[in-house]
Amino acid sequence: MTSLVVEGLHVSYGATEALAGIDIRVDSGKTVCLIGANGAGKTTTMRAVSGLLRPRAGTIRLDGADIFGMRANRVAALGLLQVPEGRQIFAELSVADNLALGAWLVRDDAEIARRRDQVLARFPRLRERLNQLAGSMSGGEQQMLALGRALMGAPKLLLLDEPSMGLAPLFVEEIFSILADLRREGTTILLVEQNASAALEIADYAYVLETGRITMQGPASEIANDPAVIAAYLGG
Amino acid sequence: MLSQQLVNGVLLGATYALFALGFTLMFGVLRVINLTYGFYFSAGAFIALFATRQWGFSIWLALPLAAIGSGLIAVLLDWLLLTRLRAKGAPELASLMVTLGAVLALYSAMTLLFGPDIRRLPPDVIGADALVFAGIRVTQAQFLVVGTTAVLVLALVALMRGTRLGVGIRAMAERPDAAELMGIDTARLAALVSFLSGFLAGAGGVLIGLNFNAIQPYMGEQMMLRGFVVIIVGGLGDLRGALIAGLLLGVIEVLTAGYLDSGLKEAVAFAILVAVLWTRPSGLFGQAVLRRA
Repeated sequence: MTSLVVEGLHVSYGATEALAGIDIRVDSGKTVCLIGANGAGKTTTMRAVSGLLRPRAGTIRLDGADIFGMRANRVAALGLLQVPEGRQIFAELSVADNLALGAWLVRDDAEIARRRDQVLARFPRLRERLNQLAGSMSGGEQQMLALGRALMGAPKLLLLDEPSMGLAPLFVEEIFSILADLRREGTTILLVEQNASAALEIADYAYVLETGRITMQGPASEIANDPAVIAAYLGG
Repeated sequence: MLSQQLVNGVLLGATYALFALGFTLMFGVLRVINLTYGFYFSAGAFIALFATRQWGFSIWLALPLAAIGSGLIAVLLDWLLLTRLRAKGAPELASLMVTLGAVLALYSAMTLLFGPDIRRLPPDVIGADALVFAGIRVTQAQFLVVGTTAVLVLALVALMRGTRLGVGIRAMAERPDAAELMGIDTARLAALVSFLSGFLAGAGGVLIGLNFNAIQPYMGEQMMLRGFVVIIVGGLGDLRGALIAGLLLGVIEVLTAGYLDSGLKEAVAFAILVAVLWTRPSGLFGQAVLRRA
């Protein structure tokens, strides 16, 4: 049942230690969230797991396979797909091209078409904009494209880094309702969010990250009711 | 007289455009100013020189052989010189200095091996008769220049716009990290882009050698100056811009030589570069991006 197991993960940027040995576990079919302040190491954790940066020490396993230090394209081939912070859509390419790139590793055209239909059914707004340059869309639409692009790869584990960042409240609500759908369908998700209350509402389990260490963890409902968490992250 | 000059200018410009296309492709996708690029131009010309003079190959065989050979040299040099720097995220100045040192060493080694004499491809590799339309002479060699340039430009545009691979290259040019997250092996695509740019430069070297007494080790160095003018005026990473600016530079040089003084060719080219940068810092065609191909 295990999906992702991270143990003793250390990451440094030069002499600065960004992660001081953290343990995280995401079981198959669960949604796990990682909350914490700016600079706590949330994005660093995501980038280390997906292979975009090389950790100093620790172990990272995906379904039992050792992926520590593996390059991001090979990690993606194993089904771990990351929606990076700031969306990172290909602004100069069309929406259709962006979606096609999400299925880069899939060779079967019929399968690609099937996934594209599913994604467009989930995000009908993207269908109207298929031939438009991705960069011409609003932030919320771009976030949907980033999510849709990742879903084109049929993720075994979906890493979402700040999916609500910089979005209008209406879009934040829409994005979280989509995440709730994905969770219901059994997608395994590791979610990083500054919007802690929304994240805790849809997650099964939560970790609190402070300056490179996990300081608290537990079922999301418990973490959401913890006085210290309420004071620090849920606005009192 | 003027129309003949224009034809000659376009022919010269076609070679500049070919050279600049590879340069701007390399810069636009790999985001590195690799000064060894000029060497691929020299390498292409020398491979064709040996293939035709020593081994008696026809130009139809020598041209693709030289282009492929230069492409492979480009892949090898990029791998040797830049892999380490990329892995360490070294600053741009480091790659500039490393490739500057390497290219000077390569030109000297070539001069040591082949001597500094200026040579050209044997004139009989292509028919000598020229076609004359309305008083304008166009030789078969000149047709080959235009034909090769047109075929390579169309093939490059078709690759970048019409294929899955091209979409992957454009994605990588825009956001290498996000491309990796899609499962794209960016190291392999980078090698492919190096190959393509070396291929274009090598083909350009052969075409120059076909029309002028121009083959000598440092020919790539002289071409690099023009390459910089063309890709900056056309907009860094902009394929269409490189094509148009390359043709324009050829025409301007020929007209300057014809009506002013051939010694002023370079001066005029650089005056244009400065004027363009003053008025339009991101190139003639504004927002310069390879992605628009």
